[in-house]
Amino acid sequence: MSRVTKFASRDPGPTARVVGFVAHLRENGLRLGVGEAELALRGLAQTRAVTHQDCRRTLRAICTGCKDEIERFDALFDAYWLDAGRVKQKVIPKPQTPINDSVHSNRDRAEQDAQSGLSGSATAPDDGQGEADGDGTGKLIATMQRQLSRQDLRDLVRPEDIAAAEKVALRLGAALRDQRSRRRIAACKGDRLHFRKTIRRSLATGGEPLHLLRKRRPDRQRKIVALCDVSGSMSLYAQVFLAFLAGLMRADKDADAYLFHTRLVRITEALRDKDTMRAIGRMSMMADGFGGGSKIGPSLQRFADTYAKRFVDGRSVVMILSDGYDTSPPEELSKALQKLKKRGCTIIWLNPLKGWKDYAPIASGMAAALPWLDLFQPANTLADLASLEKELAAL
Amino acid sequence: MTWTELQTSLGGDGYVASDDLAVALQLALSLGRPLLLEGAAGVGKTEVARALATTQDAKLIRLQCYEGLDASQAIYEWNYQRQLLTIRAAAEDGETGKSVEARIFSRDFLLERPLLAAITQDTPPVLLIDEIDRADEEFEAYLLEILSDFQVSIPELGTITATSRPIVILTSNGTRDLSDALRRRCLYTYVDYPDRATELAILKARCPEVEAQLAEQIIGFVQTLRKEELEKVPGIAEMLDFAAALMGLGIADLTSSPDVLQSTLTTLLKTQSDQAQITRDVAARIAGKAA
Repeated sequence: MSRVTKFASRDPGPTARVVGFVAHLRENGLRLGVGEAELALRGLAQTRAVTHQDCRRTLRAICTGCKDEIERFDALFDAYWLDAGRVKQKVIPKPQTPINDSVHSNRDRAEQDAQSGLSGSATAPDDGQGEADGDGTGKLIATMQRQLSRQDLRDLVRPEDIAAAEKVALRLGAALRDQRSRRRIAACKGDRLHFRKTIRRSLATGGEPLHLLRKRRPDRQRKIVALCDVSGSMSLYAQVFLAFLAGLMRADKDADAYLFHTRLVRITEALRDKDTMRAIGRMSMMADGFGGGSKIGPSLQRFADTYAKRFVDGRSVVMILSDGYDTSPPEELSKALQKLKKRGCTIIWLNPLKGWKDYAPIASGMAAALPWLDLFQPANTLADLASLEKELAAL
Repeated sequence: MTWTELQTSLGGDGYVASDDLAVALQLALSLGRPLLLEGAAGVGKTEVARALATTQDAKLIRLQCYEGLDASQAIYEWNYQRQLLTIRAAAEDGETGKSVEARIFSRDFLLERPLLAAITQDTPPVLLIDEIDRADEEFEAYLLEILSDFQVSIPELGTITATSRPIVILTSNGTRDLSDALRRRCLYTYVDYPDRATELAILKARCPEVEAQLAEQIIGFVQTLRKEELEKVPGIAEMLDFAAALMGLGIADLTSSPDVLQSTLTTLLKTQSDQAQITRDVAARIAGKAA
């Protein structure tokens, strides 16, 4: 490492350079004040740093404040001190996180597909090699086979979306959770005095209540259980909803998440993975059949019979994200929801189609479900989900 | 003392510090700044303070933080019972109110809690504020006053200034974001799981009786295990327990008996799902790789 930056000859000396380095860090988003520059100089003198490794360690201990900054520090240090040999106006471009407004479109996916050459474009037929006909007449054929093609959900969901969804999920969670109990329990920082405990404690001091003990109303946590439909008809909205699920799992450690199409899969454990992309990867491993048919009734029935017994109680909010297009009889859906409702939970149905003009819940499945729902709302973008906050708080 | 000397003397007390940590500790000592250590549970953050206290020949004062920790638990509290007894006794003796008041609000009636105790020592102690992220933010603000001024204001007594500046070490597991103000006042180091060579050195320092070949195997096993998807990743203390368990059972080779290996895994895997995940076969496979 001999590529040490050569500073200009009119450079006034090491002090100015260290101050310049601190300014360089500050420009790159590290929160450093004047005091840190002075401290850095004193620190360098104290450790008698002669090699650049020693300098690096010293400055790192002084100038960083969290793990994130430590990870960025080395690059910033190299840029300033071990540059190719000029005084450089230190600009390390920060990775821009583009905010994607059109989260409900599947444009990215189409692009990815086109790049990897997996499919023809959406409007033109394949080039004669595949099964598509050139003349544009085709027919729908039913198949008894399950859709087993695996779709890598990592193409669909990006970390930025999850970060945005996490914020929304946090707010929704807070809106749902803020349920105060009517009772009071002992607490260090309560708003009222806990007389019984205070008097009991005062016995030790001869009846003088020296220790005032307090009580408060405890928060009663409500648990969100989210069930997301990932059948073919929902694939357009999957990106938003999956990001929302991933965000919800990260924001709320009591939440529970499931995917269903023709089967039901619990994805809570997979989404809890600390590494976001690995979490999505694990989810896509479990969700084979993604984009296939939908059997909402049987899936919910299965949920009510199995997982709901363990995870759903009177303090749960069951959130169903689906368009209600069901291939199984509507009675099954109705029966499943009735059973679920008996557990005392609140059921919310978020339907991406409801946002459409002139939408009426005439899909037989949806019509059968309506009587059991506490809230039926449109949602097809993250913004829609965010705007639910008020409705959820009112529940 | 240079940081390499500090590193060596810490090593003599059985604590193998990485270069980064040694430099940070040396800076904390020489600049008199508090040192904030972050990292996963079980990487030896608390142990740093203990080792530092031994090498510096200083007293270790420890404040374990928890939710709802308040000034009366952390800084000082009046000895109410004793005050009350004194008042009762004074009433019988016919002492005047003024003199009683002056007496019961004196240093004799003050119970020193860790923070006050740390600044009133004759020689500088090592003050360990453990798991600061568990305490709430109001307490953090309290702490800031003490960490910057090294003085405590007691309304009845006045301000007590430090007779000696303690060496302050704060640890955090990152369950909550600490305030920027606190981070700014501290030097910072992130303590990660040690690499293979460092962990081997730790094992040799702590359990010198483990044979070289077995030590290699143990470290290889634990390092591979950390890469598995576990809920609770085994830390250094767990590794030492594991080594001690193997020594106690008189095992010289990890691959020799999969059953015994599986039963000693209770020292490393601390949740039910982790234990279910690392089955006998998986453990044997990892041990085979490590050998």
